[in-house]
Amino acid sequence: MHIVICIKQVPDSTQIRVHPVTNTIMRQGVPTIINPYDLFAMEEALRLRDRHGGEVTVLTMGPPMAEDALRKVLTYGADRAVLLTDRHFAGSDTLATSFALSQAIAKIGESFGTPDIVFTGKQTIDGDTAQVGPGIAKRLDLLQLTYVAKIASIDLDAREITVERRSEGGTQTLKSKLPCLITMLEGSNEIRRGSLDDALRAARSAIVKWSAADAGIEDLTKCGLRGSPTVVKRVFAPPERAEKAEQIDTTEKTPRDLAEELIAGIFLRQPALKSELAFCGDA
Amino acid sequence: MLSTNRESPPPAVGRAAMKKELPEQFKAHRHVWVFIELERGKVHPVSFELLGEGRKLADKLGVQLAGVVLGPPGEFTWFAIAEAFAYGADLAYLVEAPLLADYRNEPFTKALTELVTTYKPEILLLGATTLGRDLAGSVATTLLTGLTADCTELDVDADGSLAATRPTFGGSLLCTIYTLNCRPQMATVRPRVMAMPQRGNNQIGRVIQHDVPMIEEEIVTKVVGFLSDGLSATANLAYADVVVAGGLGLGAAENLNLVKKLAQTIGADYGCSRPLVQKGWMPADRQIGQTGKTIRPKLYIAAGISGAIQHRVGVEGADLILAINTDPNAPIFDFAHLGVVTDAIRLLPSLTELFTHRLSPHSRDKLAN
Repeated sequence: MHIVICIKQVPDSTQIRVHPVTNTIMRQGVPTIINPYDLFAMEEALRLRDRHGGEVTVLTMGPPMAEDALRKVLTYGADRAVLLTDRHFAGSDTLATSFALSQAIAKIGESFGTPDIVFTGKQTIDGDTAQVGPGIAKRLDLLQLTYVAKIASIDLDAREITVERRSEGGTQTLKSKLPCLITMLEGSNEIRRGSLDDALRAARSAIVKWSAADAGIEDLTKCGLRGSPTVVKRVFAPPERAEKAEQIDTTEKTPRDLAEELIAGIFLRQPALKSELAFCGDA
Repeated sequence: MLSTNRESPPPAVGRAAMKKELPEQFKAHRHVWVFIELERGKVHPVSFELLGEGRKLADKLGVQLAGVVLGPPGEFTWFAIAEAFAYGADLAYLVEAPLLADYRNEPFTKALTELVTTYKPEILLLGATTLGRDLAGSVATTLLTGLTADCTELDVDADGSLAATRPTFGGSLLCTIYTLNCRPQMATVRPRVMAMPQRGNNQIGRVIQHDVPMIEEEIVTKVVGFLSDGLSATANLAYADVVVAGGLGLGAAENLNLVKKLAQTIGADYGCSRPLVQKGWMPADRQIGQTGKTIRPKLYIAAGISGAIQHRVGVEGADLILAINTDPNAPIFDFAHLGVVTDAIRLLPSLTELFTHRLSPHSRDKLAN
C-alpha cells in the first residue's frame, strides 16, 4: 500500500516570545519542531506499512528549512520525502494550504503510485485550526475520518477500513473505504525510536523538492495570499487584566490559617457559592 | 484558517485595505445562521451559546437569525428546533432524513452545503467540537470560502463584515480575521467560550423544510458502533460550576490525588494544565486551555499552575480564579483574582480538611462510604 503523511514544521510554542512593541512573533532563535500531533499520524502510517508492506511518503509545505523536519521523519523510517516550497505559497490560509497540498498529493500519486491513505495530525500547534486535513479530503474527494483514536481493521482486498473515532460524548466506530484521509488523535499510539539503519539511510536520502509548477499547479491565484479568502486585519497582544490577583499574606501562617483565609476570601467575593459547594456552614 | 497556519508571518495589515466591493454573486447573501448540533437525544449547549452571539450579530446587521437543524425524522429533531427558537432564533432550516441520525461527514456536508447554496446566509457559525470542526472544514472547502477556527470574539464592522478574533501561536497573540470577497463568512467557536444566553419562552417560529435527496446506499461510511463516555456534554469539565486543576508545581503524578480529593470534597470537577498531559499524568480530556477544554466555572482553583498564555485562554471566563503557586512572579497571578504564594502540596490538604469540617453530617456520611 502507499501512504502519504502530511507534516508541518512549527515553532516550539513553549518557547515563543512576542515582541512587546510590534506584537510580532520573535522567531529569532525559536527552535522548530515537527508538529507533535503529526508524529502520531506518522507512527500509524509506518505501522500500517510494516504490517501490510508498501511505502510511506512524507510531504510538507513550507520554507526550504522545513527539509530538516522531513529528514527527521526519514530517520523514523519513511521511504520518501517531498518538500513543496515556493514563494507563491507565502501567506496561505487553510483553504490555500489545502489546495497546494492536495495538488502535491495528486502529483505524488502520479509519480509514485496513488495513495490508499493520506494521514495528517489532528491539528497543528501554531495554527490549531484542524481545517487543512478536511480541506485536503474534500479537494481530493477522499473519505474523511477525523479524530481517529484507533484503526481497528483494514482489508486491502476489499478496500475496507474500520476506525474508532473520538466524537462528542463517546467513541464512534466507523466502517469506510479506501482511499481515505485520516487525522490521528494524540496518544493514539506509542511513537517509535528511529533505528540506526534508518538514520544512516536518511542522511543519504535525497529529498524531492517541488515548486508550485513542479507540483502541477497552473493557477497561482489559488495559492498564497491571493488564494486565501481570510485576511488577518489586526494582530494584538491579549489585554492585560486591570487588577492583579489580591495576594494573601503568608507571613508566619500555617497552611490551615491560609486555608481559612482563602475560604473566607472565596465567599466574600462569591457569596452564592455557599449554596453551590457541597457543604454548609458559615465561613 | 488562518493566519496561524500561514507559511510566513501575517502580512502587514495593509491587505485588509484590499477589501473590494463584494462580487455580484455574493450580494444576495443575508442573515446569520447557527448550526444546531444534535447528539444522541441532546442539543449540544454550544449551539445555544452561538445563538446568543448570533443574535447580537444579526441585530447589529438588522437581519434574521436562523438555526440549522439536520437530523432524523422524529420528535427530538423538532424539540431541537423549538429550543433554537427559545434561545433567540427567528427561523429554522431543517433537513430531515433517516440517514442523518448519526453524524457522518458525507451526508451532513452535502445537506449543509446545499442549504447554504440555496438560501445564502452571510454568516455561518458552528461549534468547534469534533463534529463541528469535521463538518465546517468540508463545507468551507466545498464552497471555497473562508473559515476562522476557534474564535473568542465575533463582531461586525461598519460595512457589515464579520470580524472574527482568535488566539494564534497558542494564545500568545490575538488576531482579527476577515473573509474578503467570499460568502458565507464561516467561523467556529469552542464550547464555553461564549456565555450561555437567557432562555426565552418563545418556542415558535418559521421552519423551512428542505429536501436533500440522499440514499443510504450512496453513503460509503457506516456507523457500526458507539461507545458512550456515560457523560452528557453538560456533565463534563467544560460545564462544571467548580473546577480544581493541578500543574507542574505539584511535582509528581501522585500529588494529583490532592487535587482530586479537594474536588471530590467540594463537588467539583478536576483537570490539569498541558504539561501534565504530555507527561502522561492525566488523560487529554482533562486538559484545560487553548488545546484542551475551555471552562467557565463560578470558582476555579489552580494549584501549581504557572498560567502560561495557553492556559489563560481556557480559564478567563471563570467568575473567580484562585491561584496557588510558589513563584510570586508566575503569570497566573496576573489574571487570577485571589492568590497565595505557597506550596500547593501543603495547602491543598488543609483546604480539603477545612471544607470537610464544614460538610453537613449527611454529606460526610456520603463521603465516608
